[in-house]
Amino acid sequence: MSLLADAFTVVAVLAGLFFLAAGTLGLLRFPDPLSRLHALTKADGLGLGLIVLGLMPQAGSLLGALKLLLIWALAMFAGGTVGQMIARVARRDAS
Amino acid sequence: MNEAATYGPTAAALIGIGLYGVLTHAEPLRRILAFNLLGGGVFLVFGVVARRGAGAGFDGDPVPQAIIITGIVVAFAATTLAVALLLRLARLRGDSGND
Amino acid sequence: MTAALLLDLALALSAVAVALWTVAAKRAFEAIVGFIAFGLLLSLAWVRLGTVDVALTEAAVGAGAGGVLLLGASARLGTRALAEAKDVPILPLRVATGLLCALLSGALGWAILSLPTPAPSLAPLAAANLAATELGNPVSGVLLAWRAMDTLLEAVALVLAVIGVWSVAGDDAWGGIPGPAQPPRRDPALRLAARILPPIGVVIGVHIVWTGADAPGGAFQGGTVLAAMWVLAWMAGLVRPPAVSSRKMRTWVVTGPLVFIAIGLLGCFLADGFLAYPAAFTKPLILVVEAALTFSIAVALVLLLIGPPEAAS
Repeated sequence: MSLLADAFTVVAVLAGLFFLAAGTLGLLRFPDPLSRLHALTKADGLGLGLIVLGLMPQAGSLLGALKLLLIWALAMFAGGTVGQMIARVARRDAS
Repeated sequence: MNEAATYGPTAAALIGIGLYGVLTHAEPLRRILAFNLLGGGVFLVFGVVARRGAGAGFDGDPVPQAIIITGIVVAFAATTLAVALLLRLARLRGDSGND
Repeated sequence: MTAALLLDLALALSAVAVALWTVAAKRAFEAIVGFIAFGLLLSLAWVRLGTVDVALTEAAVGAGAGGVLLLGASARLGTRALAEAKDVPILPLRVATGLLCALLSGALGWAILSLPTPAPSLAPLAAANLAATELGNPVSGVLLAWRAMDTLLEAVALVLAVIGVWSVAGDDAWGGIPGPAQPPRRDPALRLAARILPPIGVVIGVHIVWTGADAPGGAFQGGTVLAAMWVLAWMAGLVRPPAVSSRKMRTWVVTGPLVFIAIGLLGCFLADGFLAYPAAFTKPLILVVEAALTFSIAVALVLLLIGPPEAAS
């Protein structure tokens, strides 16, 4: 059982790292602010979510796992808010 | 002990980088920034000392750790004061039309 | 062991690289972004050094509050320069400075690596003192009981910093509402965040203070989270702090240190001396001190971040 949980953790965290790397690549390579934001917020949300999902079996307790989930939700919320604000500034500057 | 051997030289490098920034930048905001880098290096020296003093079932000596926490907060307070002085200076210059 | 060493080396090299970028960056904004990243890398280094309490403080105060402060200052300065080109040292002087700084770093690094082994440690003493406080977190034990004097002086330093920041207010603005004259940006996304996050953030802040008795956390880390919630609501234009002249506001700032001093003086009569706790009430008294400190730290941090009053009242 613990072997299965460990294998799940490795797979999920690796997948999460892939999405984070893809998001960073988008941030570095995409031409304009809006598509850069798109790459970053989407891919980072998914990447962090997969890492949190992978770490949940290792949290040791249900409360610990729920705390990880809360951290993911807060990061998503903060990312969404900041993404909105940057996009608004970018559109204002472009026009 | 491995961590201490890695982060000790890192701390020394950060102190040098911070000091260089403080001495060569002319803009006050950049100097404040560099001074905080220097401070980060000094705190890291304390952290290495704390790690080396691990014992009694703790991962590190808690006394230097407590001092670092105190230090980080006091450094922040000093930074806010420096920034307040800087903004006031900018306002005074703006008011007298010497921009 | 090698994987851990690789991680440490990668972290250390990234921290040094970002520090170099912070010093070398052309514009202040880039330098500040570098500084925030530096603070976050440093807090990962703290975790690797086994000091999670410090990691939390570094992330919350160093990178978080420090980043907000510096970004705000840079935005308000705009492109205005406070120094002229002639103030920058000439190239040979910069090279000489760089060489001397490198020499200093080398000497320091050598000194740190040749520290005596076994290292002197106060850990056994701290462990012996921890039992009396009924706390499980040694760092909290050191902060609130064994070296309570340092913590008290730090709390006083925060009050002095607030007085210092307020004292640069212009004569016309003195006594008014703290903060810049123009109201903060009213961004709809920010306003939504400032309405939804504070209830969650306040619970998390209190949780960090409470859990600090037995696990990493404490008054400074939790107080910073509470302060962040207030600053968020302020940035969104939802709340304004009371005026500098208000007695309520001034009382809030000094409550923590005053409670700490009062309980410390109590120790002179009921225990061994100033800042000593009577054995039967150690844990409850520490909790009272921590609660009062958290509150005042949060208020002081908010006032430090918002800055002196600037609008003519």
